[in-house]
Amino acid sequence: MTAVPTTLESPSSDASAPRRRVGRRPSASRLLFFAVFLGVPLLVYIVFVVSPFLQAFYYSLTSWRGVSGNADFIGLDNYRTIFADPVYRKALANNLLLMIILPTVTITLAFILAVMVTIGGDSRGEIRGIKGASIYRVVSFFPYVLPAVVIGILFAFIYSPNGGLLNGVLNLPVGLLNQLGADIDPIGLAWLGERRFALAAIIAAVVWSLVGFYMVLFVAAIKAIPSETIEAARLDGAGRARLAFQVVLPQIRENVSTAVVYMGIMALDMFVYISVMTPSGGIGKSTEVVSRYLYETAFARSQFGLASAMGVVLALVTMLMAVVVLFASRSKEDR
Amino acid sequence: MSTTTDTRAETGTQVTPREHPRSRGDRAFSTIAHIVLIAWALVVILPLLWTFYSSFKTSGEILLSPFAPPSSLNLDNFVTAWNEAGIGRFFFNTIIVVGGALVLVMLLGAMCAYVLARFEFPGRRLIYYGMIAGLTFPIFLAVVPLFFVLQNMGLRGTYLGLILAYVGFALPFTVFFLYAFFRQLPEEVSEAAAIDGAGDFRTFFQIMLPLAAPGLMSVTIFNFLGLWNQYLLPVVLNTDGDKYVLAQGLKSLQAQQGYESDWGAMFASVTITILPVMIVYAIFQRQLQGGLGPSTNK
Repeated sequence: MTAVPTTLESPSSDASAPRRRVGRRPSASRLLFFAVFLGVPLLVYIVFVVSPFLQAFYYSLTSWRGVSGNADFIGLDNYRTIFADPVYRKALANNLLLMIILPTVTITLAFILAVMVTIGGDSRGEIRGIKGASIYRVVSFFPYVLPAVVIGILFAFIYSPNGGLLNGVLNLPVGLLNQLGADIDPIGLAWLGERRFALAAIIAAVVWSLVGFYMVLFVAAIKAIPSETIEAARLDGAGRARLAFQVVLPQIRENVSTAVVYMGIMALDMFVYISVMTPSGGIGKSTEVVSRYLYETAFARSQFGLASAMGVVLALVTMLMAVVVLFASRSKEDR
Repeated sequence: MSTTTDTRAETGTQVTPREHPRSRGDRAFSTIAHIVLIAWALVVILPLLWTFYSSFKTSGEILLSPFAPPSSLNLDNFVTAWNEAGIGRFFFNTIIVVGGALVLVMLLGAMCAYVLARFEFPGRRLIYYGMIAGLTFPIFLAVVPLFFVLQNMGLRGTYLGLILAYVGFALPFTVFFLYAFFRQLPEEVSEAAAIDGAGDFRTFFQIMLPLAAPGLMSVTIFNFLGLWNQYLLPVVLNTDGDKYVLAQGLKSLQAQQGYESDWGAMFASVTITILPVMIVYAIFQRQLQGGLGPSTNK
């Protein structure tokens, strides 16, 4: 391949290098190639993704109220305003609560289901999953592909006070007891309209939609564990619980921490679920979250500077969460 | 758990390695596991089944007897949803926007990933990590300025504006996965192409792109689902009711109708929205789940 006189863009002298090195003087056609192949995607990315993000940080320091209004630089005033606002504090508190509960519940459930499917088979002979494993996997994964809006609307139906699936199911035993002579009022709760239940009801909907996805993710990770590891632990007399938590879990720790980060990111967003199930942030703002309040502040009240500040705080929380989780899972590895 | 171990230890000597009877612990565990898994499967399936068959019932039927199967296979709700509620139009808008964005993001993403994966040049790492960082940017932070970026370009409320925004936000994921794919393709292929006198453009379109087809396939599926389900971007950027995508249309239907009115049409609208993703899922279920493995593209 050294004698290629016809091509100007000869590959680098190092034949083992996986990539071609662009020489000092690339040809005109190579320049055009780069301009098109790298330039166009980067242009789109910078204009529509990077620049809006950077602008958000700047706007958060201004009193900007729209195109015609003036954007005076007001330093950290917006940040003072939002932290003095009880609704914003409530929204942020809800986001933080979701950030703890959603990953914990979803990932625990997903892990248990994944373990049952993969190493739930007989405890002797080769490691095998439970019968019908693939059917369970295919079924539970499905909600992941549904649009979040659909999940929101679906669960708004389910939680509806009259004609809803949940009250209907709960009333089945009530009806049975009443036929036997008991006198219980049928349940007619508006689950999303009750301060006590609304957030929990929304959490249940999100968990429902995502457990299958993480289950499949964990199943793939567990299958990648060398079978000798599990067999050796079994020979040492490890039962299923110990196998799951002391052998399997440490092996797939990286997947788990990635899952925690993903779930954390979505728990700090939640815009779709909240705005579909409790459109104005719920009774007494019981289900308000930052993203929905930000949307209202920006597009219903035109306080764009203030809204940007809300977003910046949440984005910083998001990054901090990701760094903490990834760092925590790494430091264990070193020990 | 200790009982399981004990049982196994006791009977362990009596059984031949191949045809061992299942121990009591095994049987108990497997029964419990099946019960749990079946329960979860039912929790997943029942609401979907309920939505599906409710879309054939009248609103009265739904409210009076929410569980009863439909009295007849009535398609009225679907007709109402498609024509009067505007689901037909929303569907058409979604096809244009998602289709356009999908083609564009796959093309641009493959081009960018290819250059980053196969060429060494100054700034390569910076661009790659700048791209990957986009995976972690929260969209809600960007929407306010993005609204004005599109406004200033005269693209707000147009299909093109929405398509470009979709493309921008789908690029990091696309580049990230395709990069790994292009890295694995053997160097000899492109060298052979160069010897044959193929330029960079021809090498990419006629040789590398077909080789990367399996990777392109699974990334396309994930992008299709992601874009079809997109909500925040259209809600902010696409405020013209005639250009609503399905997700927006559904939300506004729900908001207009409140809880009491046309439930049947609402269920039908939801069913219509679910059908395309359900079909994609049924066909590509294997690629979707395979794409999640730790070694992605083997």
